[in-house]
Order: sequence, then structure tokens, then C-alpha cells
Amino acid sequence: MAGRDAIPVSNTFVLVLVVITALGFDFTNGFHDTGNAMATSIATKALSPRVAVGLSGLLNLVGAFLSLAVAATIASGLVDTKLVTLTVVAAGLAGGITWNLVTWLFGIPSSSSHALIGGVIGATLAAAGGHAVKWHGLVSKVVVPAVLSPVIAALVAATGTWLLYRISRSLTDAARGHGFRIGQIGSACMVSLAHGTNDAQKTMGVITLALIANKTVASGSNAPFWVILSCALAISAGTYLGGWRVIRTLGKGLVEIEAPQGMAAESASAAVILLSSSFGYSLSTTHVATGSIIGSGLGKRGAEVRWNVAGRMATAWVFTLPSAALVGAGAYGLADVIGGTAGVVVDLLILVAVSAFIYLRSRATKVDHNNVNDEWTGSAAPAEPQPAAA
Amino acid sequence: MSWINLSALWKIVVFGLLAGAGLPAIFAMGLYSLSRGPRVQTAGGGDSDADGLVGGSVLGIALAALCFLVVLAAIAWGIYEVYKIGHPAPAK
Repeated sequence: MAGRDAIPVSNTFVLVLVVITALGFDFTNGFHDTGNAMATSIATKALSPRVAVGLSGLLNLVGAFLSLAVAATIASGLVDTKLVTLTVVAAGLAGGITWNLVTWLFGIPSSSSHALIGGVIGATLAAAGGHAVKWHGLVSKVVVPAVLSPVIAALVAATGTWLLYRISRSLTDAARGHGFRIGQIGSACMVSLAHGTNDAQKTMGVITLALIANKTVASGSNAPFWVILSCALAISAGTYLGGWRVIRTLGKGLVEIEAPQGMAAESASAAVILLSSSFGYSLSTTHVATGSIIGSGLGKRGAEVRWNVAGRMATAWVFTLPSAALVGAGAYGLADVIGGTAGVVVDLLILVAVSAFIYLRSRATKVDHNNVNDEWTGSAAPAEPQPAAA
Repeated sequence: MSWINLSALWKIVVFGLLAGAGLPAIFAMGLYSLSRGPRVQTAGGGDSDADGLVGGSVLGIALAALCFLVVLAAIAWGIYEVYKIGHPAPAK
């Protein structure tokens, strides 16, 4: 018995807490990212907001079972699993959830994946130092794809947009709008499916990491079936709740979107995400979707991209990994000072308090399925017609 | 060990363009074929038909159906490929 190392953290109680927190992250991941798939369809009114989130939730569920390549990357490609403890995973999740909620409050479509990865890396750094992080894996599987994927998505979407307008130029505006709105429903469904194959996998990877840390499963194991199922359900429920603030920014803030642009953007996102998932890249579906939407603005003559909104997002992206890492490291430090199971519990109680605070703040400027498509006035929350007394 | 997997990168760009821009383009060709026919002239004026989406030419409708089928088949094949790659046979 020597110092803090002797305090047992490896037990079922903490494992259960960590799994619940991970599923909580998955839930925030779902509602943060509904917009990636459905924002453009909601903006062009191809789908009503309620139908859109329902459909997207269902397809995320299916997508979560479709491919397991990304889960493997998260579970073993980024940190040395031998040095990861349950406390590290809990602290990492706290970092990821906090960043997701803060960006959601401001309606910024930041990457849930980077939030999660940043949190886990920060906590690992604080716990075991730089040698526990697989820097090569981090750069080649996370950072490089993060830079390249929006550019590729924008290229594909701009090409698609140009082709669609070119081919359909003899159609009347009404016929074109009608036809491509139907196409959009299909392409938006593909993005939701793709989101399930990529993002649901990340939480599966983290829970697998926790199971490995607790020695419940052997190092290098794949995600057990109950993990796949519970992650699929959590992300699908989160998606159904709908992150209206982010949907609004993506659908109305970046580009005023018409149906052909929406279809081009969604097809580009779906193709890039599905291809990358297959290669095991845990790229951010958010970065891809944003790149695609900007591409759809570049591909149409006369369309205006609001670069100030895009710039604000890009800034948030740069800060996502380090900020989540800082929170993750801080959470680990706190848990470590308190020690043992109590440390993890205190961390998670603080996390619950912070989440509740952010939720209450969001009520002040509510965005939901009723006002999600209001005219863009420069902020996530639409300008309200001053209520007489409320 | 390299920082960028170039073989994955070019595949993502090329297949991304084929699937992400090519398939919607085929869908657009379907819409174009669908709109051909006798009713297309009325589209500019007081068009009573819903948005003038269907032109009425039999050949056009047949070509449109072919385009839509190609798109659906490509999507189904793509999903199958993703499933196959994402579930490698367990190593013995």
C-alpha cells in the first residue's frame, strides 16, 4: 500500500458510472449532429422538422450497426490502453461533454469527435504523460483527416452543385425545386446512416476502452454487442431530440440553400463520411457537413457564403481538441487529488451541475422546431418579437 | 509509417466524386428526362400540372426510371460494401 496508487478505482460501480457518462456523451453527440444530416432538408422544407429528426434518429440506429471500423481506431489507435484507467476515461468524457454543450449553447457546429478525443487525450496526458499518447495515430487518423475532409467535401459538393444546375437548367424553378426536394430526402437519409457508422462508433470505442481499463475484456477486443446496442440507442435518441440551435446555424447561417444545393451537399457528405469510415478514419461528420454546405455555395453562381459564420466555426474547430483536452486534464487532476471512487463521483457530479446550468441558460433563447427556419439575423437564436410580458 | 495515407486519400477523393457528385448528377438527368415531352411548353405559362415535373414523353419517363434505378442500385451496393469492410471476418 503506497500512496494514491493503492486506492482501488477498478470496480464495477465506477465502470457503471463511466458507461452511463459515455452514453450521455453519445446522446449529446446525437443532438449536436442532427443538423449535419438534416439542416439543409429542413431549410429547403424537403422534410418537416419533426419528420426529419425522427427519420434521422432511426437511420442513425441502423448506421451504428453497419460498420465497426472507427470504434477500433478509438479503442486502440490513439492512446496506450495499458496506461488508461477508468478515472482517465471518466475525465475524458467530462471534457468531451462540456465542450459539446458549450458549443451547442452558442449554436456552433463543432466536432463531437474532436471533443471526445481531446478529452480522452487530455486526461491521458495528465495521468500518464506524453508517452501514453500515440501521437502518430493522433495526427494521421484525426488531425490530418480533420484538415483534409472539409476540403474534399467542399470539392465534391461544389462539383455536384454545378452539375445539378447545369443538367437541370431547362427545368422551371418549381419543377426543379420539387424534383430535388425528393432527391434530398434520399441524400439526407444517407448522411444519417453515415453518421451512425462514424459517430456512434466513437462512444463504442470509448466504452470498450473503459472495459479494457477495468480488465473486463482483453486489450485489443472489439466492442461487445450490448455496447453496440446501447450506443446505437443513445445516439438515436439524442438525434431525435434534435439540436435545433446547430440545425439553424447550418441550414440558415452559412448559405441560403436551395434544393439542388442541399442534395449536392448531402450526397457529398454521405459519400465522404462512408468512405472514410470504411478506412477507419474517425473524421468529424460536422467538418464534412460544413465543408459540403460551403461547397454547395461555391458551386452555384451568385450564391453567397457567409464567411464570417464559417470563420467563427473554423475558430471553434481549432480550439475543440485543446479545450476539451484542458477540461479532461483538469477533471483528471481533480479526481486524482480526491482519489479513488470519490474522485470520479465528484467529477461526474460537477459535470451534471454544469450540464444543468447550460441547459437552463439555453432556455432563455429557445430554438426549436417552430422557429428553426426563421430569417437569419446573425445569431443562433432568432430575434424574438418582444413578448409583452413573460 | 507516414502521416498521410495517400492510397486512402485518392480513393476517398475519386470515389467521393463518383458517388457524391456523380450519383446526384444521374438523378438530375432522370429529372431532366422526366420533364421532356409535350407538356414542357406549357411550363412557362399558366401551368396547371403540379410543378411540371412530368413532361409526358414515354421515352423520357423510361429513361428517367432507368436513371433512378441506377442511383438506387449504386446506393444499395455502396451500403453493402461498407458493411463488408466494417465487419471483417474475426482473426483466428
